[in-house]
Amino acid sequence: MELKEYQDVWVFVQCFQGQPRDVGFELLGQGRLLADGLQQKLCAVVIGKDVDEGIKGATEYGADIIYVVQGAEYENYSSDAYGHAFLELCEKYHPNTILIGATANGRDLGSKLAICLHTGLTADCTALSVEADTGNVVWERPAFGGNLYARILCSETRPQMGTVRPGAFKKLEKCKNNQAVIIRENIRTAEADILTKVVGFIKAHDESGVKLEEAEYIVSGGRGMKGPENFEMLQELADLLGGTVGASRASVDAGWVPQTKQVGQTGKTVTPKVYIACGISGAVQHLAGMHEADTIIAINKDASAPIFEVADYGIVGDALEMIPAMIKEIRAVKNLD
Amino acid sequence: MNIVVCVKQVPDTTEIKIDPVKNTLIRQGVPSIMNPFDKNALEEALQLKEEYGGTVTVISMGPQQAKATLRQALSMGADKAHLVTDRAFGGSDTYATSYILAKVIEKLGPFDVILGGKQAIDGDTGQTAPSIAEHLGIARLTHIRSIKIDGNKCIVEREIEEGIEIVEAKLPILCTATKETNKPRYATIKGKIDSLKAEIDDITLADLPNMDTTKIGLKGSPTRVKSTFTPKRQSCCEIFEIVDPRETAKVLFGKLAEAKLL
Ligand SMILES: Cc1cc2nc3c(=O)[nH]c(=O)nc-3n(C[C@H](O)[C@H](O)[C@H](O)COP(=O)(O)OP(=O)(O)OC[C@H]3O[C@@H](n4cnc5c(N)ncnc54)[C@H](O)[C@@H]3O)c2cc1C
Ligand SMILES: Nc1ncnc2c1ncn2[C@@H]1O[C@H](COP(=O)(O)O)[C@@H](O)[C@H]1O
Repeated sequence: MELKEYQDVWVFVQCFQGQPRDVGFELLGQGRLLADGLQQKLCAVVIGKDVDEGIKGATEYGADIIYVVQGAEYENYSSDAYGHAFLELCEKYHPNTILIGATANGRDLGSKLAICLHTGLTADCTALSVEADTGNVVWERPAFGGNLYARILCSETRPQMGTVRPGAFKKLEKCKNNQAVIIRENIRTAEADILTKVVGFIKAHDESGVKLEEAEYIVSGGRGMKGPENFEMLQELADLLGGTVGASRASVDAGWVPQTKQVGQTGKTVTPKVYIACGISGAVQHLAGMHEADTIIAINKDASAPIFEVADYGIVGDALEMIPAMIKEIRAVKNLD
Repeated sequence: MNIVVCVKQVPDTTEIKIDPVKNTLIRQGVPSIMNPFDKNALEEALQLKEEYGGTVTVISMGPQQAKATLRQALSMGADKAHLVTDRAFGGSDTYATSYILAKVIEKLGPFDVILGGKQAIDGDTGQTAPSIAEHLGIARLTHIRSIKIDGNKCIVEREIEEGIEIVEAKLPILCTATKETNKPRYATIKGKIDSLKAEIDDITLADLPNMDTTKIGLKGSPTRVKSTFTPKRQSCCEIFEIVDPRETAKVLFGKLAEAKLL
């Protein structure tokens, strides 16, 4: 098949227990830009036992076509069942581009598809665009802990594939009156072909209501916060702003905050409206996870800390002194006292 | 229980600096280390061996200097080490790397458990290990917390975003370790001394006769780096010195309110 015969941009709308994860919707926004650039359609792929929420979300976030594979064997993710279903869809419809959220399962699926389809996969992309003359997607991603960025092409094979971390892009506004064409494919995977079987699940207990990747306000603490007790004031400020607390790896390693709160290369990628970095030096590995925030406020004693290179507002001074003052001030602004 | 661990030598990314004039990566003088997650993979392998018996083989693909990392693995307790090295392997992306490592594992095998790291800190893709499983046609479970063997089956706890999945799978299996999997041990003095004497052989293309050479190296890699750049961090930061914290807070929130961010 010739490369130009591969058509359309596909986004995997991954679900957990029937609930779509936001990353699929974030990618529909990016997928739309690529699809428009390529003058092709934007398609969503929903696989599961319960698919209604996935279909509803994919419609609202602007898919033109939704491919649906439904069956009891898709209740939990497995490389074998999901891989089989996705590959069958690819063989029938020959997508041009596939975007997958870089969750644990998404990365796993991505590598399976890339190997089976003999094509390239670029992981953890942070910017996507289309080369107009070639129709190649330009996949931009950090390497060496965020010290270097690379633009990567997959020019000889199709589909061209990439994964994107949750929170790296924002969801578009919902589009209430989008009409998507829903195509249900009867693809079943035999029990015997599924080598891994989920037999139990332990839910992670959420420390606070707002998820890090979805928060509009993040108050993050680093080693400069001195101890776990001082994260209470960060939590109070975050609550007042309607946001959540994040952390650098130093404070996670110190055992002050759970790993789920870590922002950065080996933690989460976040793009809040406001990111307040308190006592964080701004190592590249930390910046890799938060430099795309709209507004960054840094509070650090050391005026030469690299965090000030990405900050919009910098406060040179003691965070332990500044945060209580910020709490008082915001309470006053909100008339809470 | 035959276990193989894939370890990669990587530059210590905390030590990398950017040349401020040329805006390129300064690699000279940057120490090479064992990829941190691969240490967790090795630790898990050593614990499995302690519990169920067997051997732990480590393999690494890279230049001769990667033998230092293999020696470190031996000093921690691995039984055998092989360096996968050939000019023809240079420039491989994750597709080609995983294909070569799969061929090597096939040659050295059979294995019950294959372990790797969640991701390598230089490339950070997290694709190589699960791709090896795909080439081998075996089960895989990424980001594991623990693994228990029960006959020809295993029970694995696996991290996903919402919590921990408990998964049952048939052997052989490939698993990837994270920082949460365990706490890697230190090498003993004896281990260090023994590892200096240990032989580490080279596995080259010639040793892998049934390799499809169109799938290796730069030519066998579907992805290409088009260009690289260092992130520009233009400092347009408005700096406040704290005179009175409350006053500074007022000014700051004033700015946020102005920008409709409150
Ligand atoms: C492979 C790899 C992956 C990594 N991944 C991540 C990651 O995902 N996320 C991450 O964050 N890091 C990551 N790191 C670690 C990273 O390199 C840094 O070590 C870490 O981010 C430092 O955390 P910190 O800024 O809290 O601590 P430090 O670098 O120690 O900085 C503390 C800062 O607090 C300031 N300070 C001290 N007291 C006060 C005070 N009273 N008020 C105000 N400021 C004060 C100091 O001036 C200093 O700038 C990774 C490293 C490696 C090797
Ligand atoms: N050159 C290599 N030699 C041995 N193992 C490797 C190599 N590259 C990657 N791996 C393994 O694959 C994992 C993931 O690497 P990556 O996909 O590059 O992030 C690593 O943690 C290693 O276990």
